[in-house]
Amino acid sequence: MSGAVVSLATAAAGRRRDSRRDAGGPLVLLALAFVGVLVIAPLALVFVEAFRKGFAAIAEPDALAAIRLTLLTAAIVVPLNTLFGLAAGWALTRFDFRGKSVLLTLIDLPFAVSPVIAGLLFIQLFGTRGPLGAWLGERGLQVVFATPGIVLATLFVTFPFVARELIAFMETQGREQEEAATVLGASGWQTFVRVTLPNIKWGLLYGVILCNARAMGEFGAVSVVSGHVRGETNTMPLHVEVLYNEYQLSGAFAVASLLTLLALVTLAARHFIESRKGEPS
Amino acid sequence: MKRFALPGFGLSTGFTVLYLGLLVLIPLSTVVVNTLNLSWPAFWAIASAPRAVASYRLTFGASLLAALINGVAGFLVAWVLVRYRFPGRRFVDALIDLPFALPTAVAGITLATLLGPRGWIGAPLAQAGIAAAFSPFGIVVALTFVGLPFVVRTVQPVLEDLAPELEEAAATLGATAGQTFRRVLLPHVLPAAITGLALAFARSIGEYGSVIFVAGNMPMRTEITPLLIVTKLEQFDYAGANALALVMLVVSFALLLAINGLQRWSAR
Repeated sequence: MSGAVVSLATAAAGRRRDSRRDAGGPLVLLALAFVGVLVIAPLALVFVEAFRKGFAAIAEPDALAAIRLTLLTAAIVVPLNTLFGLAAGWALTRFDFRGKSVLLTLIDLPFAVSPVIAGLLFIQLFGTRGPLGAWLGERGLQVVFATPGIVLATLFVTFPFVARELIAFMETQGREQEEAATVLGASGWQTFVRVTLPNIKWGLLYGVILCNARAMGEFGAVSVVSGHVRGETNTMPLHVEVLYNEYQLSGAFAVASLLTLLALVTLAARHFIESRKGEPS
Repeated sequence: MKRFALPGFGLSTGFTVLYLGLLVLIPLSTVVVNTLNLSWPAFWAIASAPRAVASYRLTFGASLLAALINGVAGFLVAWVLVRYRFPGRRFVDALIDLPFALPTAVAGITLATLLGPRGWIGAPLAQAGIAAAFSPFGIVVALTFVGLPFVVRTVQPVLEDLAPELEEAAATLGATAGQTFRRVLLPHVLPAAITGLALAFARSIGEYGSVIFVAGNMPMRTEITPLLIVTKLEQFDYAGANALALVMLVVSFALLLAINGLQRWSAR
């Protein structure tokens, strides 16, 4: 969905008007009760449960292996999707061509696909029953139920994040500055590095942070392709599931609290970037 | 002769299309190809099996209910955030995006614990005779959580842009609060609210992680369609998984197109 990345541009368009009424009123209490039950209670619960028995579960070998695999996956996925986001941002906001709106819609496709189906796609393509999977298997490369499958599924799920953010961001900036640089004799690379990158750095940063949060937190797609081998193909979210299903609640919440911290850092970064965006770069 | 003022058209477009094709379009096409290998009666037998139909009813029904709840409550939250000052307003505003940033598995185990028979919310409800977790109720709560940011974040900017003078004018001209809301406010905000509702609905029907922990996952009763796909995959029933995936993909793409149309409408 195009709106799934709640874009910085729309969010920052607000919070300016100073015509707000004073505190109080049943409406405010009603809204706060809704957010309190639905968002703040779960957030508090994660940390209460995690602190109940301490964080020892994080230091266990299986948990450390899960953390390592999650970091490795993000380290591969985020740069690739960032590169794609930059290319898509440049292609779709700096040129007008036929089929542009189709391309824009296609980039949104992964938002519309259930994570479970994303996993199914790669099992089908690379499973030992598929021709491609069989061919790779003969050469000793296992994709499904191994790290490459996890990386591919995560790439698919986080595919639109940087691109979406950059397209919205670059669209509002227009092409004039780059065109001026080109007319003045800058090469394409010089224009990109000296003019475009400084202009889009906050949008890019936010896209990268969002992509990273989703890459580290993806559950459905990864769960389908991973095969759940403890200590080998379990990412952090999968390890949370394993511990939870074994009734090791405090352990599950200890690992979950790390992922929750990641989510909070993501929200804080969004807040910070929004406040910086207004300033001249 | 150069067609464009800026360089890099071939490189950036080529890379975009190649990456999109390899990572998204080719994998997605396997669902269509594999389903085409099924005969029509075979496809229909899978897609209309009682267990599948029960899962559609639950998935779409719970998603719709959650989206409607968000339509009302999300509108209220956006309204309060825009029009009122109260302590902690910025904190609440920032937290609205938490469901979007929080990994779904974390949301799932947290909501299951919260709604469970001994949970903070589940215990009082259990005393009142309501089984919150492992029931369709729990599924609706999880999907409401997941969909919360969509309505708030589409309605909020529209409300911010709405001049309070508009309502004040209506009030001076003798309109009651109800009339002002119905005749002045609602027409302005409705397109954005419906877009947000559709986004929340689209996100909900594919949701897996936050639901399965709280759902109970009983076939025919609390089994969502994405879970049924996983079950079929675990039984190596690839044809069945593909057929159900195709049903979901068709619905999702129709929604994606509808939402694009809605966004154009609300941008007018």
